[in-house]
Amino acid sequence: MENFEPVIVAFCCHYCAYTAADMAGSQRLPYPSNVKIIRVPCSGQVDSLHIVKAFEKGADGVYVAGCLDGDCHFKNGNVKAAKRIAYVQKYLEEIGLESERLEMVNISAGMGHRFAEVASTITEKIRKLGPSPIKASASL
Amino acid sequence: MITAERKPLEELIEYIKPFKRILLLGCNECVTVCAAGGRKEVGMLASGLQMARLKSGTSVEIQQHTIERQCDPEYVEELASMIDGADAVLSMACGCGVQQIAMRYKDKPVFPALNTKFMGASERQGVWAERCQGCGDCLLGITGGICPISRCAKQLMNGPCGGSTTGKCEISEDVDCAWQLIWDRLKTLGLTERYLDIIPAKDWRTGGGSGPRKIIREDLAE
Ligand code: SF4
Ligand code: SF4
Repeated sequence: MENFEPVIVAFCCHYCAYTAADMAGSQRLPYPSNVKIIRVPCSGQVDSLHIVKAFEKGADGVYVAGCLDGDCHFKNGNVKAAKRIAYVQKYLEEIGLESERLEMVNISAGMGHRFAEVASTITEKIRKLGPSPIKASASL
Repeated sequence: MITAERKPLEELIEYIKPFKRILLLGCNECVTVCAAGGRKEVGMLASGLQMARLKSGTSVEIQQHTIERQCDPEYVEELASMIDGADAVLSMACGCGVQQIAMRYKDKPVFPALNTKFMGASERQGVWAERCQGCGDCLLGITGGICPISRCAKQLMNGPCGGSTTGKCEISEDVDCAWQLIWDRLKTLGLTERYLDIIPAKDWRTGGGSGPRKIIREDLAE
């Protein structure tokens, strides 16, 4: 798996995680280009269907990044997102995909460092898991 | 509304195994409201089935479609050409919808994607609870608006059993004793004397005890 470059989709909330990504950029903090960021108004807006579709289209990993506990701009979008992630993780297992391929993380707007660190850790984790079996067979 | 839940994916994968082109059919009414078989759930299931297939090295053509009501012949009729192009139908409606499709399209295999549960109401976001068993002779007018048939585990007609403790049913602490609820409500309404009236043994002929039931409205029936 040495050469395997995973495709990772990161749904980032506009108010916290996306701002943190911005900050990581302006601080010139390196993070893997494997992570494709999709900005969303709130992590609570990320629907189960968006996540499942990302996997169906070939993502090796997906994470949803919301604000820290209690800091959601829309009150509790991040709490709703966490519940939804747990639900989709179970569904992935039913489908036959490792639930570790999906994760919820919380990052505040000022945490540029944490954003870069999370991106690297998740990329490494997915690299170890190997390519998604869906992508592998879809390209056959 | 009629409530339902998706069947385990494994069972559905098994149903559609022999087929190449599937029509995955949602319903816009009850099962949309209880988040089991509406447009969104059709999308989720289509994705899940496709991925499971891909994982096993094959693929399947899934056409997604959701109609207003699968229990109405007018809407089901409109599916003719779509069903023609499919090897099998996987219906995400309640059991009534699945049967309507099966009756109309006799030579097409039809499978249920859901387990139909009960007639219920929404307690809060994401929680549905049983409220009626369609007994055909509603008692709510004398039981304070609380149904002893669907909400009492023993379907008692005249007060609680000995297992009723601090307002809870003996089957579980999570279940309210229906007769406690009835008593409380009658008290609030100032109708406690009603409680003393003996409700006679229930005649179950109206509740399915004499076979499949049917309603015929002479003024409407064609
Ligand atoms: S088919 Fe079932 S779920 Fe759909 S509207 Fe009719 S009763 Fe409700
Ligand atoms: S008494 Fe019968 S009709 Fe009335 S709510 Fe209960 S089960 Fe339904």
